[in-house]
Amino acid sequence: MIYDAVIIGAGHNGLVAACYLARAGLKVCVVEKNDWVGGAAVSRSLYPGFTYSNCSYVSSLFRPEIMRDLELPKPGLQLIPYEGGAMFTEGGDYLGMHRDHDANRREFARHSKRDAEAYDRYARDVLRHCRFIRPMLMRTPPDPSSFRPRDLSELAWLGKQMFGLSEAAMYDMIRFWTMSISDYLDEYFESPVIKAYQAVASIIGTALGPMSPGTAYVLLHHAMGDVDGNVGAWGFARGGMGSITKALTASLQEKGGEVRVGHGVEQILVKNGRAVGVVLSNGDEVHGKRVVSNMDVKRTFLKHVEEKELPGDFLKRVRNFKVRGSSGKLNIALDRAPKFTALPENSPHMKGDMHFTDSIEKMERAYDDWKSGHFSVDPFQDMMIPTMMDPTMTPPGKHFMSCFVQYAPPKIEGQDWTDADRDAFGQTCLDQIEKYAPGFKDSVLHVEVRTPRELEAEVGLTEGNIFQGELTFDQLLFNRPVPGYAQYRSPIKDLWMCGSSTHPGGGVMGAPGRNAAAEILRDIRTPAKDMSDAYAIL
Amino acid sequence: MPSFDVILIGGGTNGLACAARLQKAGRRVLVLESQSAPGGGALGRSFVPGFRAPALAHIANQIDSRVLSGMDLDRHGLKLAASNLTSTALSPDGNHLVLQGAAGATLTGTISDADRAAWKALRQQLLSFAAVMAPFKQMTPPRLAKGTSNEYLRLAKLGLGVRALGKAEFREFLRMFLINAADVLNDELSDDRLKGLLGFDATLGSWLGPQSPNSLILLLNRLAGEAAGQKAALALPAGGMAAVAEAMAKSAVAAGVTIRSNAPVAQILIEADRATGVRLASGEELRTATVISAISPKTTFLSLIGPRHLDTGFTNRIRAQKSRGGAAKLHLALKSAPDFRGADLKSRLVIAPSLRAVENAYNPVKYNEVPRAPVMEITLPSAFEPGHAPDGQHLLSAIVQFAPHDPKAGHDAARAEMLANCMAQLETYAPGIGALVTHAELLMPYDIEAQYGMVGGNWHHGELAVEQMLFLRPVPGMAQYSTPIGGLWLASAGTHPGGGISGAAGWNAADRIIKEGRA
Repeated sequence: MIYDAVIIGAGHNGLVAACYLARAGLKVCVVEKNDWVGGAAVSRSLYPGFTYSNCSYVSSLFRPEIMRDLELPKPGLQLIPYEGGAMFTEGGDYLGMHRDHDANRREFARHSKRDAEAYDRYARDVLRHCRFIRPMLMRTPPDPSSFRPRDLSELAWLGKQMFGLSEAAMYDMIRFWTMSISDYLDEYFESPVIKAYQAVASIIGTALGPMSPGTAYVLLHHAMGDVDGNVGAWGFARGGMGSITKALTASLQEKGGEVRVGHGVEQILVKNGRAVGVVLSNGDEVHGKRVVSNMDVKRTFLKHVEEKELPGDFLKRVRNFKVRGSSGKLNIALDRAPKFTALPENSPHMKGDMHFTDSIEKMERAYDDWKSGHFSVDPFQDMMIPTMMDPTMTPPGKHFMSCFVQYAPPKIEGQDWTDADRDAFGQTCLDQIEKYAPGFKDSVLHVEVRTPRELEAEVGLTEGNIFQGELTFDQLLFNRPVPGYAQYRSPIKDLWMCGSSTHPGGGVMGAPGRNAAAEILRDIRTPAKDMSDAYAIL
Repeated sequence: MPSFDVILIGGGTNGLACAARLQKAGRRVLVLESQSAPGGGALGRSFVPGFRAPALAHIANQIDSRVLSGMDLDRHGLKLAASNLTSTALSPDGNHLVLQGAAGATLTGTISDADRAAWKALRQQLLSFAAVMAPFKQMTPPRLAKGTSNEYLRLAKLGLGVRALGKAEFREFLRMFLINAADVLNDELSDDRLKGLLGFDATLGSWLGPQSPNSLILLLNRLAGEAAGQKAALALPAGGMAAVAEAMAKSAVAAGVTIRSNAPVAQILIEADRATGVRLASGEELRTATVISAISPKTTFLSLIGPRHLDTGFTNRIRAQKSRGGAAKLHLALKSAPDFRGADLKSRLVIAPSLRAVENAYNPVKYNEVPRAPVMEITLPSAFEPGHAPDGQHLLSAIVQFAPHDPKAGHDAARAEMLANCMAQLETYAPGIGALVTHAELLMPYDIEAQYGMVGGNWHHGELAVEQMLFLRPVPGMAQYSTPIGGLWLASAGTHPGGGISGAAGWNAADRIIKEGRA
């Protein structure tokens, strides 16, 4: 059996690529090393009766076009938007967030009247940047060094987008793409806690602090998604993040695609300079007319392809591709809901993201620890309790708490993480929560602590980087993953890339998988089926 | 009182360059300088009797070639005490690495062959990138709009120049121009001393660490400079940096420019949205059709003009212009020559032992704190020529990073702590130096602001950072040296291409004013 495409990795991008290829009539097979599908978008039962979203934990970036093209609601995918959010302050107060802009504005006014005024302007400006970037997410970046008609026309398209803006908007855009979020927020806000809350999305998954240039873009990367058309909104996938990949799998199988779990790829088979299949860890070979790797670019080319098959300059760029692990994760089974000193019981603010880092300075200091090769002494946590909204994940009255933590380096002072390091890291995070919710630790039934080491071992994300590569300009757009190879192709014929290492990057977005499928279909002159262009934001 | 076509505020290097250029083009120019002598960042400073230090800048590597020849600075007395200054990456154990020739054309000291080869290739690449960027410094930044007076032909040529790097290098340029310096250095080199020195150079005068994105371009900007006709070289003017200021002032006066010192301007006079003159602190009013401000744009608009004459949005943009200074200036009077464990004192001595050390020196300023182990660039002018210190004694001039511009601890406490940390750092590299010090002076960024008028103590009159470069400098929408006020122009380092003892911004502004047919 020779498949039309063998896809390595049943993460969301691999599945999205497989779905589009299957719909276009290709015979596809997805191979997955774990016994389950999902990659970093999984729901796992690691404690009896509890379901954890143990890697990615919230959704917003997943392209609505893909969700509709692949009919994901049909097998039961539901997204539940946040209804709140909170940032606890050291003095016992908090900044409470709502679903509604005007309600947020009122809460901002409690901290600073000036900031409440600025919030309208800020929200409008960020939305404008979202509107600009969204169409780019679903297109293949051009190679600016090429004179091929397609690259030239794509460059012209980019130029048209840019010059379609007003002169002032162009300057704003360039500043926004190059600034630190700290400087950017200083132009709008004065209250430290409001600035800190807005800065959250600028550092998630990133080995940069909020004072590093380029973090305003990272904010945009997290703000350009939506939940049911509400741009910038985030929500939970009902049943955990695995619901997304389960729906993708169902959609794939409905169109005749296959998924093989349980054995990972040892080697990508290359014959006469062409990829012809893969060898699995059990020795099985799966043959295909092309191979599509959803693994990160380092793993794909440095671990599963023989060096002699690759040009030296490409190898050097791949080796120097930056995948800096910066985060860890705690998945916690709770006997009861925590009681935060600052909030009344069952406060709506618990129905969203919660944080204990009330200033940009604290975030930046946490980053300084990472730069020195340690996990943060006073870490930044993006904490939530999905079961406040989604009772399907735990027994009645119990709760699942997800804590995404920064910063955690891929190595501790150059040494591999030990179990003791991991436990100390976990304890630091639990202690921080306990400070704001006394008695919390007594309610803990089970904790899974994941450092970059565990993320790499289980999901295969090199260094535990959740984006399969840093989102800095040297690795974005036509530079992602490597200049000259931003079109999902690799130097090896018929070996393609479809993971988050490719444009437009990480997050549970699906766009890289969709774009890769589009390129493959274009390559074999097969019309895509059910593939929408980017929706415009009105 | 004779009347003038142009009143120019601020007799720093950019002000003098702009004034001379305009005077030669037939305008009568009056320069108003608040200090007792023109020179700005190139002034000398007698911080203790018998010792004359370069007050701020102490190395010439950015003097614009048009200024040098157009003002005939050689003829007006500018000579060099050292033309191809070496840089020494100091090591606490005496195992120094010396970069000789422009931008370290050759390396002396123990260093691996692999690093020598890697540095040769990297240096070549960085210089080629710097070379395609350099011409941009000598022109008015374009506007991103149709139907403007952009120099389209010239821009197209410069753009083609970037593409002419070749396919592979063009791609590398697009990958690297917003990258952080540390990644590039770590990818290519392994020697900590070399990486530390280059990381230091990249962040010198900035408010970034070498791990901050957008930091490599600052190194390229530095390498785009020149001295004594040689790209990326460093030079020491004979008589110190003050000699540059003196030569520029002489040249300007010879061209016919009138310079009034001790004449601080209190207000720019505005009538019906046009600048009509200035009012001095003394109360004296001077009228003219054209006012050029060669001082900080923030001071110009927020103090000399005031929000009353400006749109609110514009005022906010100016207020948001970042001008955090992170560099302090250290002057030491020494009884005798210090010993940096055998390092040649006729070299630029750099204490920046690793990228980590530079990054660690940067971290505290983010929180307005003083670093424990500052990094620094040291010159000993007295090692090159007499006149800076009494015979047998020495003057040490150092730019020290990073210093907070608004310290939590208060000005005096922070200065004392910074000085102590500097001395401890120096003692590690030059044991016994503390005992040689007869007098020490540390100018913190806030001291520099108070004494020399640079907002935040930032020597670029506004941070030179990507989001404040080219057509975004000093603020977006006002990067062509003109302002929303009729008859008012900008010419300071706060405008493109930024500071350093250069004169480029002033020269560009004059070009623009002449081209627009104003004044």
